[in-house]
Amino acid sequence: MTSNCRRPEHTAPPDVFYNESEAKKYSQNSRMIEIQTQMSERAVELLNLPEGQPCFLLDVGCGSGLSGDFLSEEGHYWVGVDISTAMLDVALDREVEGDLLVGDMGQGMPFRAGTFDGCISISALQWLCNADKRTHSPPKRLFTFFSTLYSSLSRGSRAVFQLYPENSEQLELITTQAMRAGFGGGMVVDYPNSTKAKKFFLCLFAGVTGALPKGLGAETSDRGVSNQVQYSGQRSRFKNMKGKSAKKGRDWILEKKERRRRQGREVRADTKYTARQRRPHF
Amino acid sequence: MKLLTHNMLTSHVKGVTKGYPLLIKATEVKVNEVDFNPQFVSRMIPKLEWSALVQAADELGQRQDLPGELVPEYENNEEFLKKVHRVLLEVEVIEGCLRCPESGREFPISRGIPNMLLSEDEV
Repeated sequence: MTSNCRRPEHTAPPDVFYNESEAKKYSQNSRMIEIQTQMSERAVELLNLPEGQPCFLLDVGCGSGLSGDFLSEEGHYWVGVDISTAMLDVALDREVEGDLLVGDMGQGMPFRAGTFDGCISISALQWLCNADKRTHSPPKRLFTFFSTLYSSLSRGSRAVFQLYPENSEQLELITTQAMRAGFGGGMVVDYPNSTKAKKFFLCLFAGVTGALPKGLGAETSDRGVSNQVQYSGQRSRFKNMKGKSAKKGRDWILEKKERRRRQGREVRADTKYTARQRRPHF
Repeated sequence: MKLLTHNMLTSHVKGVTKGYPLLIKATEVKVNEVDFNPQFVSRMIPKLEWSALVQAADELGQRQDLPGELVPEYENNEEFLKKVHRVLLEVEVIEGCLRCPESGREFPISRGIPNMLLSEDEV
């Protein structure tokens, strides 16, 4: 589900996309299991739960229970909500320990105030940013979700969302609605300089101010805000994630020359004139 | 659906003010064996709506000798904690439905999973 592949939420609504065959594929893919478990581990770390205490947690978009299994392993009890009955059926077959509910997060969380000690959500929140029906308004659904979630969390607890944002506008939409709903906190980015390892965690605090946890892999400590996403409004930030340089730029030309040298060809030396703009007669 | 979850569930239909507690109409109930964790049970007790728990257990015929009122000093009362553990985590509704006490709207339960999806005009 990286930005390289077509984004699943552009294909179909989540209850249609995650049908029986997709649910089966998803849950049997060992790489998927590994990634989901790793992200669940990081999310629980960011939850900052009290040590050695079994907690009552909410898993939003629990799907087939890959993240829930990790919660159970840590000794916690959990309730999972998902919109896809096919995914939940797989969860039942896998005999997950948490209680499951069919629900649409955009319709609100149906729980009493102060129910949960924390909430995690792995790879689900971006689905809320798309209007799957004509009557859907993503900002309203996001706000409904966040405000009901806020009340269902006990004071001082956190909600951590791992998500795949499409662009910075989406990130802003999400964080705005979360703040409107009363949450504090913000975005934590792990490995911001690696296209493959980069992960976004929206870390929200319910009712308590705290320092935002630091993202992993941020070595450039000079900047001081290196664990926060720099919004530039440029779409290209997300576009070129293949790790190659832009076409025909100086970097690209230098790389190409280096490649040809490695191939053993005769290549002119790199000088200050390399990749300089020529007069348009070429 | 375990009774711990049921104790926290409300109807979130637009316009409903008292959508709690949801009345349980069960056609299939199962009792599992779940590891007893006194620390967890003891921590959850203050969060519970005790009367709703007793009512739910009654509806399922699984109340046994659960007291109608919370026992004081329950933290060290292992016998009491075991009774609560049983009702909260071992009794499970597999088939049936949940009924909103105010509107009568029913949320079906299938394979142990309640369906809380709302229609467009209920949101």
